[in-house]
Amino acid sequence: MRDNRAWLGVLPVLLIVAFSAVIPLMTVVNYSVQDIFDANTRIFVGLDWYRETLRDPRLQSALLRQILFSSLILALEIPLGILVAKSLPRAGRSVGLWLVLLAIPLLIPWNVVGTIWQLFARPDIGLLGATLQNLGFDYNYTAGTLDAWLTLLAMDVWHWTSLVALLAFAGLTAIPDAYYQAARLDGASRWQIFRHVELPRLTSVLTIAVLLRLMDSFMIYTEPFVLTGGGPGNSTTFLSQYLTSMAVGQFDLGPAAAFSVLYFLVVLLLCWLFYTSVMRNRDAD
Amino acid sequence: MRTRPHWLLYLYCVYLLVPIYWLINLSLRDNADILGSLSALPSDPSFANYLEIFSNPVWSSGFINSLSYVAINTVISLLVALPAAYAFSRYRFVGDRHLFFWLLSNRMAPPAVFLLPFFQLYSAIGLFDTHLAVALAHCLFTVPLAVWILEGFMASIPRSLDEMARIDGHSRSFFFFRIFLPAIRGGIGVTVFFCFMFSWVELLLARTLTGSSAKPIVVVMTRTVSASGVDWGVLAAAGVLTILPGLAVVYFVRNHLVRGFALGRV
Repeated sequence: MRDNRAWLGVLPVLLIVAFSAVIPLMTVVNYSVQDIFDANTRIFVGLDWYRETLRDPRLQSALLRQILFSSLILALEIPLGILVAKSLPRAGRSVGLWLVLLAIPLLIPWNVVGTIWQLFARPDIGLLGATLQNLGFDYNYTAGTLDAWLTLLAMDVWHWTSLVALLAFAGLTAIPDAYYQAARLDGASRWQIFRHVELPRLTSVLTIAVLLRLMDSFMIYTEPFVLTGGGPGNSTTFLSQYLTSMAVGQFDLGPAAAFSVLYFLVVLLLCWLFYTSVMRNRDAD
Repeated sequence: MRTRPHWLLYLYCVYLLVPIYWLINLSLRDNADILGSLSALPSDPSFANYLEIFSNPVWSSGFINSLSYVAINTVISLLVALPAAYAFSRYRFVGDRHLFFWLLSNRMAPPAVFLLPFFQLYSAIGLFDTHLAVALAHCLFTVPLAVWILEGFMASIPRSLDEMARIDGHSRSFFFFRIFLPAIRGGIGVTVFFCFMFSWVELLLARTLTGSSAKPIVVVMTRTVSASGVDWGVLAAAGVLTILPGLAVVYFVRNHLVRGFALGRV
């Protein structure tokens, strides 16, 4: 139905999001083109901060680390999530309880996730850390870069695989039973059923899972902040953490704002891909 | 059809639960015991750490602060998102697709980008260090999310329901509150779940927008280092307590969760 009065329904949302998104974003854009000394002394510098930001070697290495981290967690979490979803019972009374169990990591505050893994992996008081030490491994995530990365990856897989699993499970339960019966009549193997019956029908939820994990991992801040603090050295400093240290730690408003705008544009691009893929699926249904 | 879990699922749940078990284990021991020995079972379990948290006003007010802004945020999000989602699902209007995408893009915005402007904005209007400030800041991602989820659920309700109510002579508000809302109550449950989830777990904005009087529990936790070092037992107990509200919420909406995920709208 075409009716422009529907705008009235959207108005409250518009106002609240304008307040919490547009005004701040305009502030950021404003900062990104000025050099600010104090409230009254500001110079228009055009795109200088953008140039400086793009050439900043620390930012480039943070970006490379970010890309590596996001690719690794996608490569781990997507297959594992599908596997977990396939292991879940499809029917019966226990399903709800299994889902609650899987959802637990998603509902733990992000800094507590960091704390849990800190307490679990510390070489002195952690079950994992101390066990590895006793087995003769020289494991210490605060000193070794590789150890820090492995711990971070184990933590992120622990934290977010459930999301992929829940999405994949929702996709699996939507496949009509007749498809399986037909495949069984044709004598299809388990792998063939997965490859030719299940996977094609999972494409839409898996696209969503990949894009969600990609975008959310691109913003990761709290968990590494608590666990490793970005160290040892800068080896686990990702984009959000670098930005935060720039804006709050060093108070470099101009570069931080330019960085923010670029960061936002990249996420916006990912978001657009996400939106079009969801909408295409909906229109196809 | 599979009605019993595969053994892989048990394996995965061990991986899921062992770190949480360790957290619970540490929360039941005192600091000297934790630092002194590594034992799979607490030899002398006590609830002293929990008592410490409940009796210390810094901890307990942290909990109340967190629950307050999460509740305010969830209510605001639902109230503004319901009419908007209805408009998006039932009507075509000028710029609707663009508006919908723009809303969604905020769900994906990195909070770190908004750190500084939020601090200045809320300080300027005198809301700094209040529950409302954090609740409004979290609206940045919970409102788009709520619209996004509710629209999905509303779109799955056939339009003929609207028309039948009109033919039966029901007023618009009677239809909306007595017929339509009950029909999408699963969607409302899922929306509450996700608003709660994203507001409860967030640290960066909550930390930036609060000082002393509205300090949330997650911020109290990052500052537990006392003169004698970190009290691991108390930290673990606080961690255990932050898991409980989420567990309660997910338990109530467990039967609707799969539908929410099936729409892919998280």
